[in-house]
Amino acid sequence: MFPTPVARLDRRWQTLYKLALPVSLVFWLLPLLAVMLTSIRSAGDLAAGNYWGWPRDFSLVENYTAVFENSPIGAYILNSFKVTIPTVIGAVGLSCLTGFAFGIYRFKGGLLLFFLFVAGNFVPFQILMVPVRDLTLKLGLYDTTLGLVLFHVAFQTGFCTLFMRNFIRALPFELIEAARVEGATEWQIFLRVVMPLMRPAIAALSVLVFTFIWNDYFWATVLVQGKHALPVTAGLYSLNGQWLAAWHLVSAGSIVAALPPVVMFFLMQKHFIAGLTLGATKG
Amino acid sequence: MSASSPAQEGHCPPALHSSGADIWRRNQRRLAPYLFLAPGAIMFAVYVVVPIFQSMWISLYDWDGIGEKTFIGLANYVELFDDDAFYTSLKNNIIWLVLYMLAVPAGLAIALFLNQTVFGIRLVKSLFFFPFVLSQVVVGLVFAWFYDPGFGLLAELFKAFGTKPIAILADEDYVTYGIIAAGLWPQIAYCMILYLTGLNNISSEQIEAGRLDGARGLSMLWHVILPQLKPATFIAVVVTVIGALRSFDLVSIMTDGGPYGSSRVLAYYMYEQALSEYGYRMGYGASIAVVLFAIMIVYISIFLVRMIAEDRERR
Repeated sequence: MFPTPVARLDRRWQTLYKLALPVSLVFWLLPLLAVMLTSIRSAGDLAAGNYWGWPRDFSLVENYTAVFENSPIGAYILNSFKVTIPTVIGAVGLSCLTGFAFGIYRFKGGLLLFFLFVAGNFVPFQILMVPVRDLTLKLGLYDTTLGLVLFHVAFQTGFCTLFMRNFIRALPFELIEAARVEGATEWQIFLRVVMPLMRPAIAALSVLVFTFIWNDYFWATVLVQGKHALPVTAGLYSLNGQWLAAWHLVSAGSIVAALPPVVMFFLMQKHFIAGLTLGATKG
Repeated sequence: MSASSPAQEGHCPPALHSSGADIWRRNQRRLAPYLFLAPGAIMFAVYVVVPIFQSMWISLYDWDGIGEKTFIGLANYVELFDDDAFYTSLKNNIIWLVLYMLAVPAGLAIALFLNQTVFGIRLVKSLFFFPFVLSQVVVGLVFAWFYDPGFGLLAELFKAFGTKPIAILADEDYVTYGIIAAGLWPQIAYCMILYLTGLNNISSEQIEAGRLDGARGLSMLWHVILPQLKPATFIAVVVTVIGALRSFDLVSIMTDGGPYGSSRVLAYYMYEQALSEYGYRMGYGASIAVVLFAIMIVYISIFLVRMIAEDRERR
């Protein structure tokens, strides 16, 4: 293990390390802790200029209720779910198919197509913006959650395909050969042999795509305008304009908006990190 | 994919009768990959591949997004050459690219700091990674507030040292650096997690061997550890470059490109031109996007070349 485990060092270093950990953590999360503290601060506290001191009175319930009652944030969050969940299902589902195709078969143009999927992943969004907006308008899906879902599914399929293909390649190929010998059709092999083994990959991709899409801001501003379809990221930005200087509300709103991916991350941490660090280690 | 790729030519059973089902049976292994690919490939083509070419084509037109397009050849690009705002954006993009790279060594430093096995370290690691899970909108709001000259924490720090607080986001000289610092927060977390995973997979024999050879501390890091972390470093650099070039969210949330357009980047300037409140200039916006794409294509090629090489190596 590198660096040398502190357990092997002398007592003084161990104590120092155990002290340095929480201190650095507080420092690292300082902006976030400030927001959390402010979200439970009362308006009076802020008006009196007490921004950073200990709150004189706590109004956790009041602030969070106010956020939901005085703003459409509840609707925004619902919209975010309406965009995120179908996208996760769509993108992961499609990439199971494409990943299977690239991982199992050798076919003409396969490599080229695969690299197209990978390269498409890195493209700046702006080069897609004008045509995708135009297409969404023409389909009559501008300002709807479905319009966002379709684009996100297509775009995320690129990343997911790379992931699935590498995962399927690592499976023992004998399984597939054995199934073929037994006369299974290709579809049966996909459904009965490969799919059950892909559960960890599906879990990892689902949490990752969930977070990416939940946090998307650019496409939410490009493809949606109205309150009825606006996801919470773009919604929060517009609320920030309305809540000028009502920092206790802005911070409570931010925390509400951030919560779903955060919960997802802590629940599925292992899968999340497995997905994110794909390729960071050899093989 | 090289010769040892898993799929092999299957031998077809002799045809007894040539019904449709039989043709399918005999050819299914040849047709299957295309059928499995079709849904994903069609979606990807319609929403990603084709739009890239459409944008290139639109960049040759004068178009407000609704009416008729007028072909103007390279006039949009010629205009870019004389556009100060374009140069400001380009310059800022370069600053972003350079400073964003700090996320890589900073992520490595934190990973080294946290690569221990003391009690509660798993939770500490997750909490360090935490900023990456937050939306850039939240990060932007948090930092805009952190920088506020009236009551922000930074202003308090300035006051504590007895200097006048600087309004970072309202100052043309500091604004871009202020936004980059906000962007670095989640990016460092990302690089950290890549390195933590990398460190986890380092062979302990090599470390012991290095120790026997007298390598310690920095020389151990340089000669033994870093070479083994190469895959992590590569991914960290790639995602950091992409993050730097994609920097739209934070600029939009923290400053809207201001003050006086001094914090614009290409991604933001493109959006502003194409969908601005003063009328849509889709053609001009598309030409900015094409420039951004051209910059990105360099990095995409590097990535692909390396991926192909690795693919060959592996089988």
